[in-house]
Amino acid sequence: MDCARKASRTDTVPGQTRDLTHSDEVPGQARDGTTERTKHLANPTTAEPILEIDRLSISFFTRLREIPAVMDFSATIMPGEALGLVGESGCGKSTVALGVMQDLGTNGRIVGGSIKFKGEEMNTMSPARLREIRGSKIAMIYQEPMASLNPAMKIGKQLMEVPLIHDKVNEKEAYARALEVVTDVKLPDPKRILNSYPHQLSGGQQQRIVIAMALMSKPSLLILDEPTTALDVTVEAAVVQLVKDLGRKYGTSMLFISHNLGLVLETCDRICVMYSGEAVERGSIGDVFDDMQHPYTQALFRSIPLPGADKNDRPLVAIPGNFPLPHERPKGCNFGPRCDYFQAGRCDQDMIPMVRVAGDDRHQTRCLRNHEIDWNAPVTAAATKIKHVPGQVVLKMENLKKYYEVAANALFGGDRKVVKANETLSFEAREGETLAIVGESGCGKSTFAKLLMGLETATDGQILLDNISIGDVPIEKRSTKNVADIQMVFQNPFDTLNPSMSVGRQIIRALEIFGIGKNDTERRARMLELLDLVKLPRAFADRMPRQLSGGQKQRVGIARAFAGDARIVVADEPVSALDVSVQAAVTDLLMDIQREHNTTLLFISHDLSIVRYLADRVMVMYLGHVVELGTTDQVFSPPYHPYTEALLSAVPIADTRVTKKHIVLEGEIPSAMNPPPGCPFQTRCGWKSQVPGDLCDTQVPPVRLLAPGHQVKCHLDDATLAAMEPVIQIAAE
Amino acid sequence: MVSFILRRLGIMVLTALCLTFIVFWLTNLFPNLEKLAKTQGNFRMSDEAVLTYLGNNGYLQPLPVKYGQWLGVLPGYVIAGTDGEMRARCATGGQDIADAARFCGILQGNWGYSTVFRDDAGSIIATRLGLTGKLMFWVMLLMVPGALIIGVMAGMNEGSRTDRSLSTVSILSTATPEYVSGVVFIAVFGTATFGMQWFKGTATAAMDDANFENFFLPVLTIALYGMGYIARMTRASMTEVMTAQYIRTARLKGVAFSQIVLRHALRNALIAPFTVIMLQFPFLLNGVVIVETLFNYKGFGWTLVQAASNNDIELLLGVSIVSVFVVLTTQLISDIGYVFLNPRIRIA
Repeated sequence: MDCARKASRTDTVPGQTRDLTHSDEVPGQARDGTTERTKHLANPTTAEPILEIDRLSISFFTRLREIPAVMDFSATIMPGEALGLVGESGCGKSTVALGVMQDLGTNGRIVGGSIKFKGEEMNTMSPARLREIRGSKIAMIYQEPMASLNPAMKIGKQLMEVPLIHDKVNEKEAYARALEVVTDVKLPDPKRILNSYPHQLSGGQQQRIVIAMALMSKPSLLILDEPTTALDVTVEAAVVQLVKDLGRKYGTSMLFISHNLGLVLETCDRICVMYSGEAVERGSIGDVFDDMQHPYTQALFRSIPLPGADKNDRPLVAIPGNFPLPHERPKGCNFGPRCDYFQAGRCDQDMIPMVRVAGDDRHQTRCLRNHEIDWNAPVTAAATKIKHVPGQVVLKMENLKKYYEVAANALFGGDRKVVKANETLSFEAREGETLAIVGESGCGKSTFAKLLMGLETATDGQILLDNISIGDVPIEKRSTKNVADIQMVFQNPFDTLNPSMSVGRQIIRALEIFGIGKNDTERRARMLELLDLVKLPRAFADRMPRQLSGGQKQRVGIARAFAGDARIVVADEPVSALDVSVQAAVTDLLMDIQREHNTTLLFISHDLSIVRYLADRVMVMYLGHVVELGTTDQVFSPPYHPYTEALLSAVPIADTRVTKKHIVLEGEIPSAMNPPPGCPFQTRCGWKSQVPGDLCDTQVPPVRLLAPGHQVKCHLDDATLAAMEPVIQIAAE
Repeated sequence: MVSFILRRLGIMVLTALCLTFIVFWLTNLFPNLEKLAKTQGNFRMSDEAVLTYLGNNGYLQPLPVKYGQWLGVLPGYVIAGTDGEMRARCATGGQDIADAARFCGILQGNWGYSTVFRDDAGSIIATRLGLTGKLMFWVMLLMVPGALIIGVMAGMNEGSRTDRSLSTVSILSTATPEYVSGVVFIAVFGTATFGMQWFKGTATAAMDDANFENFFLPVLTIALYGMGYIARMTRASMTEVMTAQYIRTARLKGVAFSQIVLRHALRNALIAPFTVIMLQFPFLLNGVVIVETLFNYKGFGWTLVQAASNNDIELLLGVSIVSVFVVLTTQLISDIGYVFLNPRIRIA
C-alpha cells in the first residue's frame, strides 16, 4: 500500500531487511490483538510483500463505452498484515479483489498496472498457473455465503475438493483435512456438517464453511469481500473474531473489503479508503483514523453515528450530493463536487496524484490541499434542535401475543407446531416519541410490525390506538383514517416502489387511497408539497423509480408514508440498505419530519449506533420476548440485560478512543419453532453461572423494574446487575 | 418417502379411473355401438335388429354398470337373449356359462376381444407395446444424451460461436414436426432421388430384426423433435447456473473449467430439463403414432390408429389404459428423481 516505495522498488533484494515492514503500529495504540499480530509475524526475514499492486487500472467494456472501474490503484500487503479496503458501494473495492483473482468476467479487463503475488506478475500468468494459485495461495471469502456454496453438493465434498485439486492427496486424507478445518472454525458436530447440504445450515454456519474452504490449503493471502454484511451483529462479531484468530494461527495476510469502518478498525493493520475508483487515502489504522488527511475520509467518519455518543455530543454530518456515476466522473478530484474544501480552478484541473503525508508511516492522501486544511477544526454544529417532549400515550400494547401454527410437513400437513413469534409484549408509545426496537433476525420485531399494521391479527392481547383496540382488526377492515394513521417505511427501497409507475403517481395513489384532496389537481399540489417535505426536487414527480438512487427512493418511501399525515410510522431498518454517506441524510430527514409532525416513530433496527443516536427509548427483543426496555441512556449503560450487553459489545465502533468489553456469544440463535425452556437467552448467556440453581433452565424470568421506566427480564440478582461494568468506554483525551 | 410414493400411487389410480371412464363413455356412445353392431352383424341391419344385438350382448346396460363390468368390480352380465340363447360376458369361445367366472374385467386380466385383429386385446397390446418399447429405448438413447450434450455445450459459454450454432440447430429441429421431418428423411435417405439411399424407408422389417439400416430413420425422426426442445431447456438452465456465485467460488478455488462444468454446474443445470425429459414421454407417444404409421412399424401407435379407425372399442380402451399409466408413471419417476437431483426439496 505504499507508493513511495515504488521509487525504491528496483533496489529490492529478496531477503533484504526493509525499514517499512514492521513499523506499522502507532505508539500507544496497543489495540486488541491486531498490532500484536503484526509484531509477531512480520519479521524482517520475510520482507518480500505477499501482494503488490502497482498503479492498477481496471475497465469494463460495454457496447457504448469503456467504463473505468478502478484507476491508478496501488497497494502492498506484507506477510501477516491485514489491509482494510473501505468505501461505499460502487467505489470499485470488489473489482480490485476480482482483479487480483484475475476473474473479471467477459467485460472486464485490466488496462494498466501490475499485480504481483510474491514477486510473480499475475496479469500475464497462464490459466494453469492461475488455477494453481487460486484456492491454494490466494483464497476468497464472499459476501453471501448461501449463494457461494453449491446447493447440490455436500459440504464435505466441496471442502475436500480443495486439497484434492491442489495437494493431490487421496480422498481419505482430504476428508481428514476437511474435518480438521471444520473443527477449526468452531462448528459443532463436524461430521454431521460435512455430510449436510448448504441449505441445512444457518447463515452464520454457512459463512464459517466458506471461511473453512478458504483456509483449507493454508493460503498466504485471504481476500474477504464484505464477509459479514449478510449476518447478524452477534454472529458477525463471532465470525470476525474467528477470522482474526485463524489469520493469526496460520499467518495469513488479508485483504479485508468492507464498508464498515468499525469492522476494519477491529480487524486490520492498515487501511485504504476508496472513492469512485480511486484510492483517496491510505495509511496505518492509527494514522487514518486519528489523523485523516482527505476530506472524503473525514466526511465518511462524520456521517456515521458512534454508539459512544448521542446526537448532541457528536452531530451527524451528511455528505452532500451523490456518488458520481463511473462515466460521469468530474475533472480533477472525483470528490470535488461534494467537498467542503473545494477550490475552483485548482481541484478541477488535472488528475490529483497521491502525496505522502510527512511524518507518518506510509501515509498518503490524494488531496492537493491537505496542508492547507485545518483537520482538527471542530465540526460546525448544525442548529441545535429542541428536544421534543413526548406527549400523551397514543399506542399501547397489552400482553400482545402472536403464535403461528406451522405444519411439520410442508406438503401434506401432519403434526402442527406452534411458533411463538411474539410473547406477551407490553409497552406504550407516546406522541412524538422515538421508540427503537432492537434485536437480531428472528427475534419477532417484524412480526410485531405486521401486527401493528394489521397485516396479521394478534393471537392474544391487545393493541390500543387512542384506547381503541385494533389488534384483531385486519387491514382490510380498518378505516381509511386508521390505515393512514399507521404507516410504514420499508427496509429495501429498491423493491418497495412500483418500477413502472412514476414517483409522483405513486404518491398520488397513496393520497387517493387515504381520501385526501377532492380532485387530481389538489392531490397533485399535495404530492409536490410532500416532495418538498422530503427534500426532493419537484421535477422528480415525473421520474421513474429506476432513475433514482437508493437514498432518493427511500425519500419517496418516506413521502408516501407521510402522505396521510401518519401519526405512527413504523420504520423497518429504513437506512440499512443505504450507503453510509446517505444514511445520515435520510436519518436526519426522518427525524426532522417527525419533529414537525409530532409523529410517533417506531424504529426497528439492529444497528445500535443509529439507535443510540436517535431513539428516546429502546426495546431489546430476543426470540419474541422483550428482554429489556428503558430510555436510551438506561439501556446503553449498566445494568444491562446479558443479551443487551452482548449486542453492545458486538457493534464495531469506528473510533480508536473506544475500548470495549469483549463478549462473543457462542452458538446460534435458537429456532423460534423450538425455543429453549426457561429463559430464552439461557443457551448463549454468559452470566448464567451467576444465577443460583436451575432457575434459568426452568423458568421464564419475570419482568423486573430496575428504575422508573427501565425493565429487564432476567434472573440475575440486584447486586450482580449493579456490579456490571459499562461495555463501551471512551478513553479520556 | 414410502408414504409419499403410496399417496402418489393412490392419486395415480384415481386419475386412471377418471380418464378410463371418460374414454369408456366416449367409445360407448350410441352411434359407436350402432356401428359396432353393424360391423359384427351386417351393414343392412334394421334399427330393431341393432337394438336386439346390443341388448343381447349387454351393451344396453346402464353406463356405470358396463364400466364396472369392464373394470371387473361388478359381476359380468348373464343375459337371456331374445333368441333364447344365454350369453355371459365371461363365457367366451363356447365356454359353458356355469363354468365361467363371475368377474371378468381388466382387473382379472381380461382385456376384451379385438374385433379388428380377431384376437385377445391383452396379448395384442403386450406384443405391440414391446415393439414400441424397443423403438422408444433407442429414441431415448439418442435423444437424451444428444440433447444434454448440445445444451451443456451451448450453455457453458453463453454467446459464443458454439452456442449460437448449436442453438440454431436446436430451434430448427424443434420447429420441424415429425410428419415433416419423417417425410423429408424418407425422401432424402430412403429413395434414390438424391443419391443418398443409405437407409430403408420402411421399418416393417425392424420389428423382428432391427438394424441400423432399417431402424435409424424412425428413431431419428422422433428423437430430433424432442432433442431440440430439451437442448433449449438445458442451455437456458446451464447459462443461468454458469453465472451463479458458487461457480465463481469453484473457479476461484482453482477448479479446472471441465471440472466446473461436470462437477459443479451439471447437476444444478439438470434439475429443470429433467422434468422436461420426463414430460417428453407422453409427447413421444404422440410422435410414435405418426412415425409408426409413416414407417409402417406395427407398434403401439400403429395399433392405436388401427383401433380408432376401425371402431375397435375394447382394444382402444386397452390402449388408452396403457397410455394413462405410462404418463402417470413417468410423472411419478420425475418427482422422485427431482428429489435426488435437488437436495433442497424434501419429500416426507
